[in-house]
Amino acid sequence: MNRVVVVGAGPAGLAAASAAAELGVEVVLVDAGAKLGGQYFRQDALARGDRFALPLAVEHVANASVWAVEPVEGGHRVHVRIGEADDPSRTGRVLETRALVLATGAYDRAVPFPGWDLPGVFTAGAAQAMAKGQGVAVGDRVLVAGTGPFLLPVAVALAAAGARVVEVAEANAPVAGWLSRPRGAAAGTRRFPELARYAGMLARHRVPYRTRTAVVAAHGSDSVAAATVARLAKDWTPVPGSERRVEVDAVAVGFGFTPQLELAVAARCRIEGGFVAVDATQGTSVPGVFAAGELTGIGGAELAASEGAVAGAAAAKRLGAVVEPPLGAMARVRSGRRFAAALAAAYPVRPGWTGWVRDDTVVCRCEEVPLGRLLEAVDERDLWGVRPLKLASGAGLGMCQGRVCGANVAELVGLDDGVFARRRIAAPLRLGELAGAASTAEEAGGSPASRADQSFGQDLG
Amino acid sequence: MSPIESADVVVVGAGIVGAACAEALSADGRRVMVLDRGAPAGATTASGEGNVLLSDKAPGPELDLALASRRRWPELLDTLRDELGERLADVEWESKGGLVVAVNPDSVSPLRILTAAQREAGVEVRDLGQAAACAMEPHLTTGVTAAAHYPGDAQVQPVLAATAMLAAVRARGGLVHGGVEAEGLVVRGGRVAGIRVGGTAVPCGAIVNACGPWAGHFSVAAGAPIEVLPRRGMVLVTAPLPAVVGRKVYAADYVAAVSSGDVDLQVSPVVESTATGAVLIGSSRQRVGFDETLEVEVLRRLARSAIRLFPVLAGVPVMRAYGGFRPYTPDHLPVIGEDPRIPGLWHAGGHEGAGVGLAPATGRMLADLMEGRRPEVDPGPFRVARPALMAEVRT
Repeated sequence: MNRVVVVGAGPAGLAAASAAAELGVEVVLVDAGAKLGGQYFRQDALARGDRFALPLAVEHVANASVWAVEPVEGGHRVHVRIGEADDPSRTGRVLETRALVLATGAYDRAVPFPGWDLPGVFTAGAAQAMAKGQGVAVGDRVLVAGTGPFLLPVAVALAAAGARVVEVAEANAPVAGWLSRPRGAAAGTRRFPELARYAGMLARHRVPYRTRTAVVAAHGSDSVAAATVARLAKDWTPVPGSERRVEVDAVAVGFGFTPQLELAVAARCRIEGGFVAVDATQGTSVPGVFAAGELTGIGGAELAASEGAVAGAAAAKRLGAVVEPPLGAMARVRSGRRFAAALAAAYPVRPGWTGWVRDDTVVCRCEEVPLGRLLEAVDERDLWGVRPLKLASGAGLGMCQGRVCGANVAELVGLDDGVFARRRIAAPLRLGELAGAASTAEEAGGSPASRADQSFGQDLG
Repeated sequence: MSPIESADVVVVGAGIVGAACAEALSADGRRVMVLDRGAPAGATTASGEGNVLLSDKAPGPELDLALASRRRWPELLDTLRDELGERLADVEWESKGGLVVAVNPDSVSPLRILTAAQREAGVEVRDLGQAAACAMEPHLTTGVTAAAHYPGDAQVQPVLAATAMLAAVRARGGLVHGGVEAEGLVVRGGRVAGIRVGGTAVPCGAIVNACGPWAGHFSVAAGAPIEVLPRRGMVLVTAPLPAVVGRKVYAADYVAAVSSGDVDLQVSPVVESTATGAVLIGSSRQRVGFDETLEVEVLRRLARSAIRLFPVLAGVPVMRAYGGFRPYTPDHLPVIGEDPRIPGLWHAGGHEGAGVGLAPATGRMLADLMEGRRPEVDPGPFRVARPALMAEVRT
């Protein structure tokens, strides 16, 4: 119990673990990756060494997936499987803690369009990971589409990996968005040089960047051979007659990010507007549970690290460490949040996207539920709760458990998507592992290592 | 909701039992309004496995009701198909049969005694040895000591079934309102005159308390308390598999767990495949009030018990777990009938894990009683005025 457990070793989790350890408490940092850094600082798993050095008081448990969080007397019990998901020798570990820091991040959202289930359509995050991690481009001619500043580094990474990026289609008109929020833009000034640098790199590669433009269909028989892009009205309704066909063999789509909420939901943290609600010390509504990074709002790595530093200090304080309030980090969190709010306002997913989805467009890929069948079930059966909706239509019941489709399905039928994040088993495990799983820390004893992860929402093709 | 609405009968609770009551009442030509404080078919009904079982019931009133309900299900589905069409009436009904297995020598003779008595009561059941059981379910553990095959056991998808019955109610002119909480009764001259919702009163002649595990709460608000309590259950769901389990397969000790009132956690395996190929693994029973907190120990014991029956499942990924609350009564019998304290107030509930299976006969019995017809099954054992239900009000 007398240790801080941090889940997630991206910018937020790294900062939290370091901050807590520097205050003299024992820290266990659990992460799905083989190396530190998470999705943002994705390191080559096969390369030697690690870019990050953690204080000695931090025990890093790599290749570990947290499949359950259980509230217990005085704190929480964190259930971990360590090793490759398909490794029969994967081992278990149970960590009890009075101070749990959740830094589980977010995964990228893909909005459906006809043909999005063809091989060759990837999430922007998956395309970037392959390009940066393995130097492999997802195609020779790639269309990058969606919304948000994240599209720029994705396009740059693809170009650097040798792909011809035929176009970056940004569905919003972000310049207008930025200018309308001077305070947010001012807070984000440090990000501007970075974005300007990416924009310059795209210009050098002669990559057109078009706003109010989206991919509205992908075509091909076995895999993507072409895509249709269209101009959009302000609400993202495609402008009739503006469609253009582009010859591509891959499409990378990114429509912002969805926070990885299941552990926060399992710990019963209050969720507000789709994110974990936190106070000035990153404390959630549940005593002893802190949240940092994209879980609390999409704001990028810098904000995540500042939140992590605050959360780590608050977690250490809960264990009795003498802590000066981390005023610097707290100030950076405040300004970072203004930037994040401006980002959210400039790059929303606008309702017009539902207009380019057809009745035969699959909205839930795992269970292959087309929009028509979903709407039919809702209409004929008068469904309006998420659980009946899932059970009657099949949407969200498959392997991804609504991680890919939950937000889209909820929006298509006008429901709150929060219930999709209620996943009592946060990561799949074999029945035999569950049968053998220790249910308390005393039972669990030892602690080995290896790897495990789910890559939900990654490869869409 | 418009304040001018009125109904002959207001059914409170749009789960499987409320839906079946509303279906039966509207089939009698009554104007029915169904209210649910949440989403219809969204609570206990969405957490069930869809059991339509004869096998787990010892001879007695509940088995009689189950036999009537098993006969009623196909008729009901025919009616729904006629009125609503194929697609809406497709509720994944599968008359797949059940296989009860004993895995230790001590359970052999109790199982044989049970099947003999069930046969006497009209249940179709065949006693099997290990070889015949394993021929029927090739992946079953070879450690089976005896088994019994119940061709009549069936499965239905509860959310589809409940929403189809509610669609029939609407098609017959009834109303279904989700997100509307019934706050209490309007009683005039000692009998029900209406129901209070959202600060107004909806006039009606009768009210059916079909609130499932919350039936006790509603009965208190209605001024006529009955003892219906929640028992929590969890179900594990695996990734879709090629056919591993053909029937509903469960261990003989499940029958004992169903009829037990122990506070402690009970786990006995019930394993079955669904239409998508996913395998459902139940069942646990636990009295923890309405506490929804996940307990890994429960999941672990479910996993262990399922592997004991089907060792091959050990290597299969678990995709999700879901849980809910089943309504139980202290004497383990459903309550179906009019409350003698407030004429016009009816209760239909307390079916615990058998609500899906027993729903059609429950609805039918309630409609028969309300209409003054003689029910097919003796309603006496299910009456409201019995000591186990009204203990608190005996004073």
